[in-house]
Amino acid sequence: MTATSDREQIAALAARANDNRVNLDFETEGMTLNMGPQHPATHGTLRIVARLDGEQVISAEPVPGYMHRGYEKLVEVRSYPQINTLVNRIDWLGSFANEVPFILAAEKLMGVEAPPRAQWIRTILFEMSRIANISLFLGDYGLQLGAMTAGFYAFRDREHVLNQIEAATGGRFHPNFDRIGGLKDDLPKGWITDSHRAMDKLLAFCDELDDLLVGNEIFQSRTRGIGVIPRDIALSYGLSGANLRASGVDWDLRRDSCPPGLVYDQADWKVWTHPDGDCFGRTWVRLQETREAALIVKQLLDTIPSGPVMAKVPRIIKVPEGEAYVETENPLGAMGYYIISKGDLVPFRVKIRSASFNNISVVPWVARGAYVPDLISILGSLYFILGDIDR
Amino acid sequence: MSQLSSADTTTETPAEEATEVEIDERRQAVLDELTARLGDAVVGSHIRPGDDLWVRVERAAWPEAAQVAKALGYTWFDFLSGIDWLPSPFGRDMDAQVDLQVSGAPVKEPAPLVQGYAGGDTRFQVFARLYSIAAGMGIHFKADLPDDELSIGTWSRTYFGADWHERETAEMFGFHFEGHPHLVKLYLPADFQGFPLRKDFPLLARRVRPWPGIVDVEPMPGGDESEGEGE
Repeated sequence: MTATSDREQIAALAARANDNRVNLDFETEGMTLNMGPQHPATHGTLRIVARLDGEQVISAEPVPGYMHRGYEKLVEVRSYPQINTLVNRIDWLGSFANEVPFILAAEKLMGVEAPPRAQWIRTILFEMSRIANISLFLGDYGLQLGAMTAGFYAFRDREHVLNQIEAATGGRFHPNFDRIGGLKDDLPKGWITDSHRAMDKLLAFCDELDDLLVGNEIFQSRTRGIGVIPRDIALSYGLSGANLRASGVDWDLRRDSCPPGLVYDQADWKVWTHPDGDCFGRTWVRLQETREAALIVKQLLDTIPSGPVMAKVPRIIKVPEGEAYVETENPLGAMGYYIISKGDLVPFRVKIRSASFNNISVVPWVARGAYVPDLISILGSLYFILGDIDR
Repeated sequence: MSQLSSADTTTETPAEEATEVEIDERRQAVLDELTARLGDAVVGSHIRPGDDLWVRVERAAWPEAAQVAKALGYTWFDFLSGIDWLPSPFGRDMDAQVDLQVSGAPVKEPAPLVQGYAGGDTRFQVFARLYSIAAGMGIHFKADLPDDELSIGTWSRTYFGADWHERETAEMFGFHFEGHPHLVKLYLPADFQGFPLRKDFPLLARRVRPWPGIVDVEPMPGGDESEGEGE
């Protein structure tokens, strides 16, 4: 027997002895806990199979697929404007943000650029979807950890943004407003003033929540130091958005490689990061991002140029042959569409890279060794939308 | 007036070209570095200036390509998936096949099998994207999979995130990833037969049900056909 296998055997024996001792001390035995498919903390139908030793999680394996709709197959028989309706349903809380990278990728293949006014309105609506999406997180995460009040405040103030999205696009949740070459419509009368007012309310809401939830001692003790994801692990799993920035990675696609068609360089704003990589860091970064998004919207509202909202594009959209990938910083993280076109009415293949899919794949790593109540903290703070995992 | 506009273009054009060439050089440098480290394993490449880089590697060098890219600073894992280049035997129509048969539409000849950027020799390809946050650039990797051996080395040791992506690709295309720790179905039920994202897997809903799109076609409001058809 070689030295390495000796050492391995000793390690294995020690590990088993350790397990036995835990079991003897507390008279517990391994247990499998099925969370979901329907569980309040899973935002839909995600199932988590956790193996427990007492209160401690030995392994946690997410089981997605209860809502898999096969979008990558469905888009192969739909025209580009029809696909726009489908992709709205991926991340259903920030629907407009789902449309943008898809439309931008198609525009890139066609060589079309939206007029400046359309680019401005696109960016504003993109940020409004971010606010609508993340403010729900801020309320709901409090709810999951036992802070009922935050939930009511978030749902109340989220309405202001949803009303503005509805006023501009006609849809509260599924706007289907973006078009190849521009937007469906111009803004309604009085929308800019109303939006300013809504953003002011949102900024007040952020301050309120800062005191009420993030500054709360119980909330902090439930989230600080829980579910720490180090920087290199986060990168290796392909985490993105606030989950990555909370691990200290200063990277935001809006600032660092903003695709043409969005005008983030026209506003003065800041990317927030947190060094800790724990549940608290992720919440804190999201709160700052909501505030920052409201400030971006307010600045862009004042500088919207005049002009048309639609470029000249053919009535029947045929995308030239080629491949293109466009990725944007969506509310949940980096979302991209890889379009392969053969010059037809329908794409040949579309690969949808959704943020939550990567974000939730880190759960087996981060949940190992956590306690059961902390599992709720961790799942909530990674913030996933089921449609964004299952597609 | 015309003089002025021509003067404008002459001053602008060199500046635009300069930036484009500069960005192109950055991607060329990455490609050269990859070629130097991987040697003959790099069998194809494509650069779209200022936008993206595609690299096709030998199947045997697929795991090594990930390690080399990671050493070059491409630490952020974006996605991994597969492509089936077979032109669909069911056509690429939006209309249901049943409608086409009833209306007596001629049977379309399938288009020839043509691979995309960075070329290819086989029907199936694996493709993935890695990103360097420091450089602000991404690389698309592709690799050919021969029909008789749909198997390739895993990336999940280099990039943990590739674990789930490979499981999804395996169930959707029927590929095997050698060395993957837990290659079971991710979305589909465990007893599901077939590989849905292959082109010869029919989308049954579209085969058997009349598609409403073909029935209620009404003219677009406002303007005649010539107005919308502009370039």
